[in-house]
Amino acid sequence: MPDTLRRPHMSDAMTMAGRSLRLSARSPEALLTALFLPIMLMVVFVYLFGGAVDIGTRYVDYVVPGVLLLCAVTGAGTTAVTVCQDMAGGIIDRFRSLDVPGTSVLAGHVTASLLRNVISTALVTAVAFGIGFRPHSSVAAFAAALGVLLLFVAAVSWLAAAFGLAVSAPEAANSAMFVLMFFCYASSAFVPVRTMPWWLRGFARNQPATPVTETIRGLLLHQPADVRLGTAVAWCLGIMAVSVAICALLYRRRTA
Amino acid sequence: MGDELAIEASGLVKSYRGVRVLAGVDLRVPRGSVFALLGPNGAGKTTTVRILATLVLADGGQARVAGHDVVRDRREVRRRISLTGQFAALDDVQTGEENLRMMGRLSRLSRVAARQRAAELLGQFELTEAGRRRVGTYSAGMRRRLDLAASLVGHPSVIFLDEPSTGLDPPSRQRLWQVIADLAASGVTVFLTTQYLEEADRLADRIAVLDAGHLVAEGTATELKQRVTARRLDLTCPDTVAFTEVSRYFDQRAVHLDPAGLTVGVPTDGSAAQVRALLDEADPGRCLIADFAVRGATLDDVFLTLTGHTQEAAHAGHTQEAAHV
Repeated sequence: MPDTLRRPHMSDAMTMAGRSLRLSARSPEALLTALFLPIMLMVVFVYLFGGAVDIGTRYVDYVVPGVLLLCAVTGAGTTAVTVCQDMAGGIIDRFRSLDVPGTSVLAGHVTASLLRNVISTALVTAVAFGIGFRPHSSVAAFAAALGVLLLFVAAVSWLAAAFGLAVSAPEAANSAMFVLMFFCYASSAFVPVRTMPWWLRGFARNQPATPVTETIRGLLLHQPADVRLGTAVAWCLGIMAVSVAICALLYRRRTA
Repeated sequence: MGDELAIEASGLVKSYRGVRVLAGVDLRVPRGSVFALLGPNGAGKTTTVRILATLVLADGGQARVAGHDVVRDRREVRRRISLTGQFAALDDVQTGEENLRMMGRLSRLSRVAARQRAAELLGQFELTEAGRRRVGTYSAGMRRRLDLAASLVGHPSVIFLDEPSTGLDPPSRQRLWQVIADLAASGVTVFLTTQYLEEADRLADRIAVLDAGHLVAEGTATELKQRVTARRLDLTCPDTVAFTEVSRYFDQRAVHLDPAGLTVGVPTDGSAAQVRALLDEADPGRCLIADFAVRGATLDDVFLTLTGHTQEAAHAGHTQEAAHV
């Protein structure tokens, strides 16, 4: 019978999160995606493309927030895949027959995704410092930037969980994440919107990746004019709310 | 509750996309017994198990498991049952011990209790050594045992096993049967589905035969054997030409075909008159049959007679049986 998404039992969600972390720690693919891909991307952007991008500030300072976003999106791919695998295999039946609510299963995946991202963010930031990234802002602004980033990761992770529930093959779940990567590229994450063709600018300016990137960047580089905290938070909460609702719907349908 | 029945279902009906999978199934399984639901592929066995294990909602009918309604009180039911499906519900990259501990935590055991329970089950299933290794390195038989162990973490009183021995080699199958027999002896109720008559015969106190969503028979193995045909006459031919001729002659009446042994089996009451008549009828020229034997019916015969799947199923059934004797 369809299971509704009940209020999660905290220890269930923690057990599930521990499981997800263990699974990704032991999957070389997931590790590579979560840890090394973002670093490689940053190096590519800073050293290969960076020289050609003239934006007035140092490109490494400009691009790091965008890389962190990309990092969240690629990391969410892992979440989509693992959710999809769980639903396709026999294990979801075992969880259900143990009366583990679907929310706990999914919340576990999202929590693990957040923790994976904390690690990859720390790693990317450390490497960024190594190659010349120099943010200048207050501790409060730094914390706010981290908060916005984690909110974005949570939103994208729930979205990824919804992808994972929507498709039946893990490969399909992963490729769905490329759509999200497109959102990152077609935003001000890597190049200013004004350098894009006119027909793309309206989209780039008004899609979620732009206010989120610019808010994080503004907070880190102390450029208050760029900070659109309200818009960024609203986008994240909106995406999260819609994704959770879709998850509830899909989980009910998948367990019918 | 004082309920003597661990499982009680009446009129279970289920369709998927307009195709009727279950057409009114009634089941009564006494507490502490082993019950086998026997049937060919696509008979509706898995659907029945999933309804009883609260994972699928029936379109019609009622079911109570471990004293609770599977729809209204499904959380109470879930607390008392476990399901081991056809696909192992295990994480390959976790060790056996980690898998069991995880299930323990999800069964609301404390961290310490979960560890103890995991160690206990690993010991019971002779997996203590393997418990430290990742499940991905396990053989099919070990994996199935661990899966079964994982389903027992929360001390269920009713255990559902959906085709537990499918895909196992003969020694692993024997070992699994021993494990299931031990479980039954410990007082839990076991509800298993199987395509193997031998398995039902070996393990179950009672057997129900399911075919195309209908129960076609129910009883003990002995009762079922008696119900269909008391005896079987096996006719052994001198060569393949004769075998082909005899099997073609009996056609749908044959309940046993063994091309390798050149043997055709047909139902008989075992009387001299009938055996003589059958011999004359099939071999009027007295050159097609070299040897004959009258034996007690096997569950295969019962199955085939009840479900009407004759030759190809008979053949498949016997090959399987031969493969794991």
